[in-house]
Amino acid sequence: MSTTAKVPVPVTEDDIAESARRGALKAPIVLGIVTMLLSLLVGMKGREGDTSFRFAEPTDFFEIPEITVPSSPSLTLIVILLALCTVASAFLVSRGRRTPLWLVGLFAVLALTGFLCWAAAGETIPVIGLIGGSIALAVPLVFGALGGVLGERAGVVNIAIDGQLLFGAFAAAVFGTILGSPWGGLVAAMCAGALVALVLGFFAITYFVDQVIVGVVLNVLVIGLTSFLFVQLLAKDTEGLNSPVHFEEISIPGLAKIPVIGPVLFQQTMLVYIMYVAVFAVAWALYRTRWGLRVRAVGEHPKAADTVGIKVIRTRYTTLLIAGLIAGAGGATYTLVSVPQFGEELTDGAGYIALAAVIFGRWDPVRATLAALLFGFTKNLAGVLSVIGSPVPSQFMLMLPYVVTIIAVAGLVGRSRAPAADGIPYRKG
Amino acid sequence: MKLELRGITKRFGPLVANDRISLTVEEGEIHGLLGENGAGKSTLMNVLYGLYQADEGEILLDGEATRFAGPGDAMAAGIGMVHQHFMLIPVFTVAENVMLGNESTGFAGTLNIDAARERVREISARFGFDLNPDALIETLPVGVQQRVEIIKALSRDAKVLVFDEPTAVLTPQETDELMAIMRQLKESGTSIVFISHKLREIRAVADRITVIRRGAVVGEASPTATNAELAALMVGRPVELTVHKDPAKPGADALVVRDLKVTDATGHVHLESISFAIATGEVLGVAGVQGNGQTELTEALLGLQAHVQGSVELDGHQLVGKSVRKVLESGVGFIPEDRQADGLVGGFTLAENLMLNRSHGKPFVRFGTIRRKALEAFASDKLVEYDVRASGIEATANQLSGGNQQKVVVARELSRDLRLLVAAQPTRGVDVGSIEFIHKQVVAARDSGVPVLLVSTELDEIAALSDRIMVLFRGKVVGIVPGDTPRETLGLMMAGERPEGIVA
Repeated sequence: MSTTAKVPVPVTEDDIAESARRGALKAPIVLGIVTMLLSLLVGMKGREGDTSFRFAEPTDFFEIPEITVPSSPSLTLIVILLALCTVASAFLVSRGRRTPLWLVGLFAVLALTGFLCWAAAGETIPVIGLIGGSIALAVPLVFGALGGVLGERAGVVNIAIDGQLLFGAFAAAVFGTILGSPWGGLVAAMCAGALVALVLGFFAITYFVDQVIVGVVLNVLVIGLTSFLFVQLLAKDTEGLNSPVHFEEISIPGLAKIPVIGPVLFQQTMLVYIMYVAVFAVAWALYRTRWGLRVRAVGEHPKAADTVGIKVIRTRYTTLLIAGLIAGAGGATYTLVSVPQFGEELTDGAGYIALAAVIFGRWDPVRATLAALLFGFTKNLAGVLSVIGSPVPSQFMLMLPYVVTIIAVAGLVGRSRAPAADGIPYRKG
Repeated sequence: MKLELRGITKRFGPLVANDRISLTVEEGEIHGLLGENGAGKSTLMNVLYGLYQADEGEILLDGEATRFAGPGDAMAAGIGMVHQHFMLIPVFTVAENVMLGNESTGFAGTLNIDAARERVREISARFGFDLNPDALIETLPVGVQQRVEIIKALSRDAKVLVFDEPTAVLTPQETDELMAIMRQLKESGTSIVFISHKLREIRAVADRITVIRRGAVVGEASPTATNAELAALMVGRPVELTVHKDPAKPGADALVVRDLKVTDATGHVHLESISFAIATGEVLGVAGVQGNGQTELTEALLGLQAHVQGSVELDGHQLVGKSVRKVLESGVGFIPEDRQADGLVGGFTLAENLMLNRSHGKPFVRFGTIRRKALEAFASDKLVEYDVRASGIEATANQLSGGNQQKVVVARELSRDLRLLVAAQPTRGVDVGSIEFIHKQVVAARDSGVPVLLVSTELDEIAALSDRIMVLFRGKVVGIVPGDTPRETLGLMMAGERPEGIVA
């Protein structure tokens, strides 16, 4: 019995206002820095030529014409608009108010357009390919982030997302080949993810081992295991073990013909549609069902949950297993959609980016999904720009997703709070 | 519902926490369970609530033997518990906390939050609580959080309600209100077990009192018994409930604090415009409900807080901005409020713990090496002088009981040449025998001319030791009043009211 536990001090409106004021300053500062960087581009490395943005696909109901703008003047105009946004934000903060989200959104779209105008001078930007490709790249991140959100909401830090993705990709490749069906591969991938989760749970929940350490060790273990099996078995019999049948792209009739949105959202593989369902299912289950209430209770204050008859250990295990199933499905995306077959260390640390999306998304399934989409977008942007030949060195563009991750997690998260019992094993009594 | 416990025994390894405890609570009765910290009250209630399994004995409800595999079973059988540390989830709303574990659901397990809101409103109305079902727990004052705990139990149709040390975090006014609620519950037929170590509260509200000591029932008493009788039963020998001390002979002001302001890293203000002075040979008591800035005050004096403005002068030397080591070297002794976290190193021996604040040089360290002989002699002396019951100086701190641990801390702090003693909650979770001893030491320090700042949330302790009392509320000084100020006045001040004729 602890007689000295501190009594929580009630959080007052003043506290929230005070910390909001301090957090609010970040917005105008970040906006100002971005504006300055872009204005440097205008001043020091202005580029000649026009930039075109292509929006249309031949299958659309009607065609949006290609938009072509002169590169340098457009960027200059945008920098002026950005400066105005920054001033507006600073003004609002000086009046003790927060920078509204729409202003940040507007700023981001403007800044991105300005950058593209500059980077693709004399070229054409395929807008649909840029956004549609982002979604495709973000699919494993979204699944991984959903798995992460679930685990952490129940109080288990799921560092092993990367291992779950990689093992899922491996299982999908092998069973997608043997069973000759992408669905068989998907189910195998989900089971593989759950298997990794089960091992994590065994050490983290039952034996109170430090969750971060177990997670990292599991990731390394999966890398070693899959690489070993790849070299020993898969590489020797590619035909029989590593030629999975892929998911086909399915156009949803009608919806797919809507300009811009259609080809981006509704001309995708089954896994993307499953992802849409998964995001809303997780959000709904977490906030609207009895199960979700109990999961959140277990992640916040397991002892309190225990005293109202909720089985903490069982809840953590089931939640972690479901998280593993979801993350495993994310792994299947690699070998059943993106690449023709499994290769060593295929995930390239995507699990850690998914983990960043969990934090950036403040442990909320929808926000984490949006964060994962943002990371997918930066990755695709890097790819698109290097194809059309931007003046930025390609190595620098490859860094982009990781730089955005660091900035997002370090700077822009704001007042976020992890579940109170996140990462703390529950011992009875 | 009538509750009977028969011969409950619970062991943790070699330790017998409950030894054949039998207890009967009649329907509509408030049964006081009195015992010191560590006497086994909470263990017994955790057995009753299904959190622990009894090794022997049985629980009967209305004469029928029952077994609880977990809290869920106990709740289903009609037992509710208001825990000492509230079992509420701070980021959930009142309604969510009340429904948790007992949710009414619709299609596919969808939560029916409206039903929960309605339930909260209905029970609140029954007891005249004004409670918003959608308020987040963390925004509610502690007293209101406790009501949520009560509603939580009642929403599961609890017939037996256990209150585990419910008044520890309440102001005297809130305590009175809680007792009124308990009586109201009793009228409606609920049986109540009221666990406390505070004699006055038990006597005020209980119909019958069972006293336990060292895990066993040592007697029953009626609320008409005197404090002295109850205390003797609880401790096992006659105890002095009042501290004998001569009137203070204050000298010149030694510690002078002006306009102290403490904020935390997020900018939240914990203390503001705190000004006071303590003279040599005087005890200034700091009263207030837990969490009103006491911790920050003692830590600011010691140099443990990062964002401190204002001035703290000890014998004319400024302490603000000094390192902790400099503050200690200027003669400040510190008994921290959490001995296990801040007062001792659990795995160190008593000898090592006794030299923690003098690890930089004389008399225990020479050329960077510990002088074993000097330390051992010193430690052996102190164990005798401070009546520390331990197997020897090589025993580790975490082998000791709370009272003996605290005596080690007191011994270490008082065995230097002090210019100021800061004692935060010096007797929390300590047995009555040790409380007497520690109180005597504090008074002795005062009489030797040391100014003492005593922080306590126990009004009895403040009243017993203080020459003057400063009351804190939400980080501000409500007022500084003489040591013999009536409890009622202090109670009002602890709730932030300033009675007429008192200046801040």
